[in-house]
Amino acid sequence: MLALTPGYRLGATLNILASLLTFAASLALLGARPPVGHLLLVDDLNVFLIVLNTFVGFTTSAFSASYIAHELQSGHLTPGYLRFYHAMYQMLMFAMNLALLANSIGLMWVAIELATLTTVLMVGIYRTREALEAAWKYFILGSVGIALALFGTILVYLAALPVVGQGIDAMAWTTLNTHARAFDPALLNLAFVFLLLGYGTKVGLAPLHAWLPDAHAEGPTPISAVLSGLLLNVAFYAVLRFKILLTANAQALAPGSLMIAMGLASLVFAALMLYRRRDIKRLFAYSSIEHMGIITFAFGIGGPLASFAGLLHMAMHSLTKSAIFFAVGHVAQVKGTQKIAKIRGLTESHPLLGWGFVLGVAAIAGMPPFGIFMSEFLIVTSTFAREPLLAIPLVAGLLIGVGALVLRMQGLAFGAPTPNAGATHASYVPFFVHIALVLTAGLFLPQALVTWFRAVAALVG
Amino acid sequence: MAGLPYDVAHLLAGGLVLLSLMLLYQDRMYALLSVFAAHAVILSLAVAWQAYVQSAPHLYITALIALLFKGMIIPVALHRIVQQLGVGRTIEAVVGVGPTILLGIALIALSIMVMRPVTEQADVLTREDLAFALSVVLLGLLMMVTRRNAVSQVVGFMSLENGLIFAATGAKGMPLVVEISVAFSVLIAFIVIGIFLFRIRERFDTVELVALDQSRGEQP
Repeated sequence: MLALTPGYRLGATLNILASLLTFAASLALLGARPPVGHLLLVDDLNVFLIVLNTFVGFTTSAFSASYIAHELQSGHLTPGYLRFYHAMYQMLMFAMNLALLANSIGLMWVAIELATLTTVLMVGIYRTREALEAAWKYFILGSVGIALALFGTILVYLAALPVVGQGIDAMAWTTLNTHARAFDPALLNLAFVFLLLGYGTKVGLAPLHAWLPDAHAEGPTPISAVLSGLLLNVAFYAVLRFKILLTANAQALAPGSLMIAMGLASLVFAALMLYRRRDIKRLFAYSSIEHMGIITFAFGIGGPLASFAGLLHMAMHSLTKSAIFFAVGHVAQVKGTQKIAKIRGLTESHPLLGWGFVLGVAAIAGMPPFGIFMSEFLIVTSTFAREPLLAIPLVAGLLIGVGALVLRMQGLAFGAPTPNAGATHASYVPFFVHIALVLTAGLFLPQALVTWFRAVAALVG
Repeated sequence: MAGLPYDVAHLLAGGLVLLSLMLLYQDRMYALLSVFAAHAVILSLAVAWQAYVQSAPHLYITALIALLFKGMIIPVALHRIVQQLGVGRTIEAVVGVGPTILLGIALIALSIMVMRPVTEQADVLTREDLAFALSVVLLGLLMMVTRRNAVSQVVGFMSLENGLIFAATGAKGMPLVVEISVAFSVLIAFIVIGIFLFRIRERFDTVELVALDQSRGEQP
């Protein structure tokens, strides 16, 4: 629909409006839940993610309006592409929300596939050689992942077939979860391996992460924000659902150990890779891999505390990472480059942007007053309580990551400023709203949220 | 459940795997596309046979979609693209026919060994089909790994998807949602691929120097 909107300004405004409406609708879901249908399902776990999703979607659309205006002035994009961009943006939001709401494992798969295709198109939107290569790589790896996930989905259906019977019921989460005890464990195990590898590709876990840095670096910055902040979460939500399914079956293998292994591998690998980045968006893409690794690890450890921390970390990471990409987008526009070596002394040349950026990096690195510190702290403590030995690589990975980020931040934010390439009409509001939320969460979590997260953590197990 | 239905299904599934193996070592574009078309035709036959055996009429639609899109339209379109790109005669540096085939056979053995014990409970037809489907999927993956050319990677990916459709139809009574979505995704995927192939050609042939001049350091 947005593809038909003539002016880009109108398109951007409509984009914001549509995202605001979705956000409002998701808030309405908090109050009144529709009854569980064959295809759609609303419960504690996904309502939380939907609200988060639509909120970040809304702020990103606000950010993208100012960002895109600049891209248009500097001639990177033409109005025709912008129409396409806005249409794809709404399509992506729709696909992600559908994936979260789906009650059927088939429908969820379709929605994630749709989200993949729309993001492929958006990553390639600049039509440069690098952007096309990144989009191609993303497309190939993403499709392979999604294909493996489909095979896993089919296997789950086969496992459910003798118990639940044929038809749509054998793919619904609600029936799957109640009957999971009776499923054939061997089939479930095999299915989970495929699902973890498949959806894990989309999450960006270690052996299959190769698409992520490229896609983040070459696509438009609002898309990097949505990719990091939301799409990774949505893919992880799929893994989480299947994890619940496996935990319900006592004979199946414990999904935790696999998730711990992949999570730790991603964390340590990404933390080491952080030191060698020369491109600012690539740097934070690797940081996303690191944090998804932490989240996977937390849910792999399991138990009420670790799952609680994992949920909190998902929320905090979404908010912080999208905020950082907002800041990075403006930084890249101001300096006219994404190369870290060419960006110096931001706090002097652009005090507001520079200090905001420092705050954002401090938050993502897990410095004390922010929410990420709290969730990481909880993850570390619960690891000590349950698997003390695993805490060593975890803490090592965290520290290595923090070191790299602080090192890079010093160079970027302080020192003699490099020349500017152009002014920017940045909108700081979305950025500071996110940072403020993360800060509030770090200082004080509302009781209602805590009880809610506890309930969800109990559900996840 | 032996007898004719089983034998025919077995034959078709075996044919699919055989064609997957053949895809692995085709080193000329046009031959590759022909083998892929044959792959899709066999797939549609296998799906149609499943529709008949399971008496599930909606599977005929899937078979028809596979036949039309993957057996005819996509190979023809890819043929055109290959012609326009002028890569039809290039002989690709495949890893080497011998090792590739051996690896492929090992993958088939692996998938049969993995699937057979796991699907004890399912009926015989499903068991056979799943093992074969997994080997088609794995062979498609292998092909994507060993090839460098974009067109042959796409062919590898589509043969992989053929394996998935085959698995989905083998699972008895799986709701229609999935089949349509698979076919649909192929369609969309193909549009994407088509766009990309042309864009890549545009970049690499004509605008390359201009693009370098214009890059202004914004793109690393």
